[in-house]
Amino acid sequence: MPDIQSEDVTVTGPVAEAGPLTSIEREFTIQARTQREMVVRRFFRHRGAMAGLIVFVFVLVLAYTSIGILGLPGWWPQSYETTGTVQNGGAMTLDLLPPFVDGDGFAIGNHPFGQDDVGRDYFALTMRGTQISVLIAISVGIISTMLGVVVGAFSGYYRGATESALMRLTDLMLTIPLLVLAAVIGQISGGTPLLLALVLGLVLWPNLARLVRGEFLSLREKEFVEAARAMGAPNSRIIFRHILPNTLGTIIVNATLTISAAIILETALSFLGFGVQSPDTSLGKLISDYQAAFQTRPWLFWWPGLFIVAIALSVNFVGDGLRDAFDPKQTRVRA
Amino acid sequence: MGVFVVRRLAVSFLILIASTFLMFALVSASGDPLADLRLDTSPNKQQKIDQRIEQLHLDKSVPARYLIWAGGVVKCVIPGQECDLGTTIRGQEVTTLLSQAIGVTFRLVTAALVLAILLGVTVGIVSSLRQYSGFDYTITFSAFLFFSLPVFWVAVLLKQYLAIGVNNWYADPVITLGFGVVFAVLSGVTWGAIIGGDRRRKWIVRGVAAVLTFAMLFYLQAVDWFTHPALGPGLILVLALGSAVAVTTLVAGLQRRNVLNACLVTAAIGGVAQFLVTPWLQDPKWASWTNILLLAVIAVVVAVIIGYVMGGLDRPQAIRATVLTALATGFFITLDQLLRAVPSYSDAVGGRILATIGSSTPNFEGTFWETQLDTFTHLLLPTLSILLISFATYSRYSRGTMLETMHQDYVRTARAKGLTERTVVMRHAFRNALIPLTTLAAFDFGALISGAIITETIFGWRGMGVLFVNGLAQSDPYPVMGFYIVTAVSVVVFNMLADMSYAYLDPRIRLT
Repeated sequence: MPDIQSEDVTVTGPVAEAGPLTSIEREFTIQARTQREMVVRRFFRHRGAMAGLIVFVFVLVLAYTSIGILGLPGWWPQSYETTGTVQNGGAMTLDLLPPFVDGDGFAIGNHPFGQDDVGRDYFALTMRGTQISVLIAISVGIISTMLGVVVGAFSGYYRGATESALMRLTDLMLTIPLLVLAAVIGQISGGTPLLLALVLGLVLWPNLARLVRGEFLSLREKEFVEAARAMGAPNSRIIFRHILPNTLGTIIVNATLTISAAIILETALSFLGFGVQSPDTSLGKLISDYQAAFQTRPWLFWWPGLFIVAIALSVNFVGDGLRDAFDPKQTRVRA
Repeated sequence: MGVFVVRRLAVSFLILIASTFLMFALVSASGDPLADLRLDTSPNKQQKIDQRIEQLHLDKSVPARYLIWAGGVVKCVIPGQECDLGTTIRGQEVTTLLSQAIGVTFRLVTAALVLAILLGVTVGIVSSLRQYSGFDYTITFSAFLFFSLPVFWVAVLLKQYLAIGVNNWYADPVITLGFGVVFAVLSGVTWGAIIGGDRRRKWIVRGVAAVLTFAMLFYLQAVDWFTHPALGPGLILVLALGSAVAVTTLVAGLQRRNVLNACLVTAAIGGVAQFLVTPWLQDPKWASWTNILLLAVIAVVVAVIIGYVMGGLDRPQAIRATVLTALATGFFITLDQLLRAVPSYSDAVGGRILATIGSSTPNFEGTFWETQLDTFTHLLLPTLSILLISFATYSRYSRGTMLETMHQDYVRTARAKGLTERTVVMRHAFRNALIPLTTLAAFDFGALISGAIITETIFGWRGMGVLFVNGLAQSDPYPVMGFYIVTAVSVVVFNMLADMSYAYLDPRIRLT
């Protein structure tokens, strides 16, 4: 007897309208939902994840529309490259306090985030940095997810020598501290964002590979795999069309968390000087360039940092919401 | 168990060889060590280039260079031979640079590791026991927040607001009324959350704690404690007795009078012994870490004897409890000595007690305690920066594993048998919740090293991280490899320790 209190099924028909304890006619329809619908419903009910999603989309839209991308113009009048005279010591012209609390009323002004040493508009610079950092983070997420899934799937499915070799490689990569490996690889790749995105993807896949391998190890013993093999399906079909869709939950959650780790990694690399280099900019590079100015012009330091925290935090919340959505048994022991 | 260790050692050795070769190849490909010399305009340019090629073996292929370097590393392990880790671009021996830098980084990483595990696991477990309470939500949200913070941003923020702020305050330590009220309220809320209980009890605890904290703050200011801090013999005795009670509550429960009495006796003996020990600690010829360690060993031996004699039926727990009490008392006595050194230290450094640059004040000459205080104040901010993120990881993870453990059947059985909550949590759930944490500790160690690289750069420490960053920036392969071999060996050793403690904690593993 289905539990009509569950959120995953809704009961319609005579029983529901009649109230509890009646009904000799057991005609009711349960609106069954596919797994995808259930996951989506649970995700949209997770308040933290929704807040994270809204913030992340807002930052993305702001960064990509304000100064434009790939030649398309944005709505922000200043450019991040034109230097100029430094007005008022590069102070922020953003004013949020209303007049009765000692402010000048809500005003954005010409340079809401101030100006840097050579007079460039800092808001445009921060937006450009955000664009590049987010681009790198998402690309790294996608590349490392693909690599991790392939390595994990092959080692989990084929066992034997393939598994040994791939797992030794994974363990090897896991013993090298992340920043060390990323810094060396970043130094090799030079400073262009796209190349950096490609090579950083080579650093973050081992964790996902281990998780996917674990899932494959348990799933390959299931009956549907045996049935598929009996029907003559080739190995590649079994891996990609039968087992992989069942591991999608773990993969999606970890891809999201990898994106969050990637943005922290890329900003740390750019801070140390091994990531994005001149003439491009990144949020980490902005912080590194202006950390000495912290005493006199703290806004040059605060705004890029706040954007990094906002992006990382929102992506983390989304990842947590996805994790709870894919595995409802976890809601009681929400980690 | 022996086969397990040998097998792990062999595998670790192979991993070490493979990863060092990988790193060597990558570092050699990452830049040209002759780049700055190519732009040189001096007359003996070719001579300099030849000299550098010879020093760095640049005329040989990468595998040959690796073998030469590996040979030098192996000579480190063979007794009687000199270590040869190569030379930097400027011709300095990497071995000398490394030996100075290792101690500095080691201090930082160890302090951060120990504190992160202790604090993170404790907070995670308390948070899991108070699931869905305000405390739990606060801790979970803070863990999320700290996890998303970039280390370098936090470090610079701490440098500005904590260090410079505290230094400015210390010049004239006055506690404003606003700060006092806020601090007292926060302290009250925290104590209420920790002690828990029903609504009435929580509010009583909050109120009492807030009032006591407020009174204590202003009492301390009145007696000018901040410029001349000390614990004093009376307070040390009180703290020792309090820790005896706390340890007994955790280990055996207050009903076990044997254990309680044993701990109280240990604390009392410690309180009396401080009069003996303090003159020794203040004698400049005698005070050193080896002697303090010696004192600690004597204290543990005495505690074991007391626990054994007075333990009765609860002997093992009594011994554990008395040892912890003795160590806690020793800690308070040492803390007292450290605090007494603050005024003279503050005078020596011109009133800026929290340093922001370097791992120690250059050319600092002072008593043993002043030097330790110097090390400690320099260590505080970098450790705090790395700590925040590790703490977040540990508390989230330990909360998760503790929650899973508490929902297991055997815990329900233990409760059904009528055991007190304390016994159920400490004797049954706690040990099993720790098992997955060993794997996390192994992962987190690498993250700590990454964090140490960044913090050393920001705080200007001359540690291994700086060696790595400067070496990589200048395309200087041997300092980078020197950094890497030390890091790789410590990661491998740490992984092995984690695996062995995993086998110790979980008997099912020992059989494989």
